[in-house]
Amino acid sequence: MKIFKGTLATLFTLSFMGVSLSAEPAIIYDVGGKFDKSFNESAWTGAEQWKNETGGTYREIEIQSEAQREQALRRLAEGGSNPIVMTGFAFGSVLDNVAPDFPDTNFAIIDFVVPHPNVKSIVFKEHEGSYMVGLIAGMTTASNTVGFVGGMDIPLIRRFGCGYVQGVKAANPDINVIQNMTGNDPSAWNDPVKGGELTKAQIASGADVVYHAAGGTGVGVLQAAADAGILGIGVDANQNHLHPGSVLTSMLKRVDVAVYNSFSEGENLAVDQVVVLGLEQEGVGFAVDENNKDLISAEVLAKALAVQEDIINGNIVVHDYTTDDSCPVS
Amino acid sequence: MDYLTIIQILDSMLRLSAPLIFACLAGLFSERSGIFDIGLEGKMLASAFFSAAMAAATGSVWLGLMAGLTASMILAAIHGVASITFQGNQLISGVAINFLASGMTALIGQNWFRLGGRTPSLSGDSRFLPIDFPFTESIGKIPIVGPIYSDLLSGHTILVYIALITVPVTWWLLFRTRFGLRLRAVGENPEAVDTGGVSVSFLRYRAVLICGLLCGLGGAYLATGMAAGFIRDMTAGKGFIALAALIFAKWRPGYALYACLLFGLLEAIAIRYQNITIEGFGTIPVQFMQALPYILTIVILAGLVGKAIPPKAGGEPYIKER
Repeated sequence: MKIFKGTLATLFTLSFMGVSLSAEPAIIYDVGGKFDKSFNESAWTGAEQWKNETGGTYREIEIQSEAQREQALRRLAEGGSNPIVMTGFAFGSVLDNVAPDFPDTNFAIIDFVVPHPNVKSIVFKEHEGSYMVGLIAGMTTASNTVGFVGGMDIPLIRRFGCGYVQGVKAANPDINVIQNMTGNDPSAWNDPVKGGELTKAQIASGADVVYHAAGGTGVGVLQAAADAGILGIGVDANQNHLHPGSVLTSMLKRVDVAVYNSFSEGENLAVDQVVVLGLEQEGVGFAVDENNKDLISAEVLAKALAVQEDIINGNIVVHDYTTDDSCPVS
Repeated sequence: MDYLTIIQILDSMLRLSAPLIFACLAGLFSERSGIFDIGLEGKMLASAFFSAAMAAATGSVWLGLMAGLTASMILAAIHGVASITFQGNQLISGVAINFLASGMTALIGQNWFRLGGRTPSLSGDSRFLPIDFPFTESIGKIPIVGPIYSDLLSGHTILVYIALITVPVTWWLLFRTRFGLRLRAVGENPEAVDTGGVSVSFLRYRAVLICGLLCGLGGAYLATGMAAGFIRDMTAGKGFIALAALIFAKWRPGYALYACLLFGLLEAIAIRYQNITIEGFGTIPVQFMQALPYILTIVILAGLVGKAIPPKAGGEPYIKER
């Protein structure tokens, strides 16, 4: 098997070298997979949008295991792809090693900051977007209990959770928030059965709105919420359409825009900088469309938009968990 | 931890145990007839995929179940041909089936649905929905007993109840029928059965196919009952946990039920650890709870629960004297 894989890798590298005379952009998806209906799928949407609009082509790799991160990255860089976009914090340490070896290649990483002269780091203010959906959840709940299901237990996901709790408490400080993480390894991004079980446990404890930040695992969360007749909240991509009428809203994280822009800049990608996208830059937000317009009343929507304005103006500052690894509320 | 929490954990335990019970009893039939089967995992996975794919395509969960059972029984038949007719190594054949199922489901899934090896989400009639017992509303109000009826026993999919019923049926079939007697005999001493004029191969084939049928039920439950669709490698080692439970249960149906319920309980607790604090004991580390089923498996396999004696002729192909 190993020999076979090695041969395959060589063949791949060779074919890459042969074909790519002009630089093509490339994207590497994280373990959750290209079609996780969430984070990675959002990135794919951006790449496809670029492809449809420009008629260009791009290379893509879906990694299957941790060990493939560096392999995939080096393979694309050696193959001459430029720029190379990778989705996910987990590429951080790998890119830190690989970027200096390919000074002529530009890299873009989403969700992590890698300080190298040829890397563009794109991070989102997930706490702001989560605050917004938390606020809406807090104004919607009838049982005064809401839930949060995170994917892998990492500071980034704690940031989602912390922003959400702050939003909920802003709506009503007496609301109880039940928080669960799916696991401690990357398989936690793709475990809908466990996501469903966690959600059922939260529903049994009284939750009537459950927000997930768990990639593919969230498919199970939203399913369990819809089955039980309560409301789920989607994440990253607009997931309102998955169970129309049962998804209160989705916390949008415009990974698609980030990928699209990086591809559009092409070889002239503005590197050596950190781009922070928040509510103000419309990098995060909440989704209202025909699937959930009956779930969010005009009153709630007006209040949410007012708060959004306050956050953009700086009148409300949402605490970012990753700045001090703690959350003021729980 | 109050009473209702305990009921909820037990409720979760039933849901999580059902696939283990199916797989464990499947292994029981096969191994009692002298055919070791470590391909339980692969058969469940194949069934999970084909049941979800068929249910997604036709919108009928029953057609899905049929497709899942067929896929699982075809793999079982392959294992049978390899290990009974061609007297091959049963462990190797089992490993091959696991690899085959793992690769095949992801590949076909990607080819058919283009969703990264996943099937579309199932809804409505294309999945098994929970069955509510009659009068749950009124009986549920009775203290102590009420929640047991309305929360714990009611509200599962039909396959959970089938899993529970399969246990006594298996016991009856193995220990109270002529077929069962011969099946057990062929796993202990095939020469004696052969001398008695009964076909060893035919008995073993039937056992292997029953194994395929039960694995198929377990797999279909995973994809169309517990979850709403197939995802890559969704069995996640359940076939192997079931094998451990089988050894734990010393190849007896009743004990198999208890062993599977125990593993299901551990999984249910591990999932809900964050909600549970034990007074005066402090917090149990998350990692410990998640590792507990595997630690227990090692303890069991190390023989700390008394000696587990497998069927004597297990793993040995039967070669008729010429």
